[in-house]
Amino acid sequence: MKQYAYYPGCSLERNAAAYDESFRAVAQVLGIELVEIDDWNCCGATEYFSLDLLPAYALVARNLALVPPKLNQVVAPCSACYYNMYKTDKNMAHYPELAQAINEALAAGHLHYEAGRVRSRHALEVVVEDFTPEEIAAHVQKPLRGLRLAAYYGCVTVRPASHDDHEYPARMERLLQTLGATVVDYTLRANCCGGHMTQLDADTAYRMIYYLLSNAARLDVDALVVACPMCQLNLDAYQGQVNAHFNSDFRIPILYFTQMMGLAFGIAPERLGFGQEMVSAERVLEKWRNPPPEAETVERKPRRGKVGLPMPEPLVGVGSR
Amino acid sequence: MMPKETSANSFLEEVMAIPGGERLKSCIQCGTCGGSCPSGEAMDYTPRELFAMILAGMREEVLKSNTFWFCVSCYYCTIRCPQEIPITDIMYRLKRLAIQAGYYTASITGFSETFVGQVETYGRSFELGLATGHYLRHHPLQSIRMSPLMLGMVTRGRMSFTPQRIRGIRQLRAILRRAKELGGAW
Repeated sequence: MKQYAYYPGCSLERNAAAYDESFRAVAQVLGIELVEIDDWNCCGATEYFSLDLLPAYALVARNLALVPPKLNQVVAPCSACYYNMYKTDKNMAHYPELAQAINEALAAGHLHYEAGRVRSRHALEVVVEDFTPEEIAAHVQKPLRGLRLAAYYGCVTVRPASHDDHEYPARMERLLQTLGATVVDYTLRANCCGGHMTQLDADTAYRMIYYLLSNAARLDVDALVVACPMCQLNLDAYQGQVNAHFNSDFRIPILYFTQMMGLAFGIAPERLGFGQEMVSAERVLEKWRNPPPEAETVERKPRRGKVGLPMPEPLVGVGSR
Repeated sequence: MMPKETSANSFLEEVMAIPGGERLKSCIQCGTCGGSCPSGEAMDYTPRELFAMILAGMREEVLKSNTFWFCVSCYYCTIRCPQEIPITDIMYRLKRLAIQAGYYTASITGFSETFVGQVETYGRSFELGLATGHYLRHHPLQSIRMSPLMLGMVTRGRMSFTPQRIRGIRQLRAILRRAKELGGAW
């Protein structure tokens, strides 16, 4: 049993409950014990940092201070929550003046946080770094055979802090392959979904979402797999708005990687939050229930014989190596 | 030093007053930031132009621009900047300075302010309910087009307007109050 402090964050309480349910279900199978931080508060998302810096840091630091002393890692499934905790801890360690100011604020609530005590980690990072592909494969009971998936990371899951490539990550692709899915090369995997742009300028936001959906549609995927509630909300809930805006007809289910893991682990879809998505995932479930027959391993004929193209005779005696 | 530069420096110093902010002085105007920006085409100045303006001390023009409001916090510029300038954090800094200077409209900052208000009242937020409320207030006509979205989210149990209040809300408020008292310099 591996123990982690758990910070679900506000989105996972309601709008992304499917992520919370599926992560908890998958964690149980993997032997992860999630100890929810008692009475945690909102991380401030990207909003608090736009208004007031020190309160924004203090808000995040309260949660870090509330991590039980026996635990030194906190896992957050939401990319914004994860990155805010990571950034607060890192900046407190690098800038003692900032750490001092934050702790002075925390002292008003009789709390203290020592920079470096808690390592903030994204749920995807924990799954792929703390477990080997073999360990994950060992739990696969109903492989995602025949499902064509694209992995979409968005921004702060990979930038600026991830150990994966910041521009062209591959860990979610590898995970989905381990689960038995067919994974396409989705080049926009680390592009931005627009975050809260839908609230500021719908035209700009819809253009960014359209870009992501149209690229996925061209790859003919059964679903786009995400690791962030903000990405899910923008691509799923706003898909209808985008269709109306651009006169398009996208119907791409947007699912969490934990939901796909759960399916592969043989967990019932009802326990994984299926049905909460705006764009129905019924077709995905249908394929999962009735996978295509396992492809026979056909002895492939080599494309060409052992003999290569006719080449000039090797020169003799020149620069013999 | 020429007087012009003195005034330029005071604005520059103000912008740089965040962890790592002093790297802004090393900007080489390569334009990687603007070229990497997914929402750049909606900005009236690219980040590169904006940095040149900051270095030139053009306080009012900079703070009145829409550039940082269109920053979606994707960190592409930050990881690509050859001078390792924390560009995204500087965009946040510019938002705060623009608010302090009063150069904004409620339809832009209203969302952040309502969000923060909710956090200070409850300790938690509910973005989607909040977003809907924000939409109704600031874009009432467009709300009609949003109704299928809202209805869909309600029927799927994904919608709520008020979050749960945390038990330690008084403690949180005390912390935030103290942070605000201390926080002038950032």
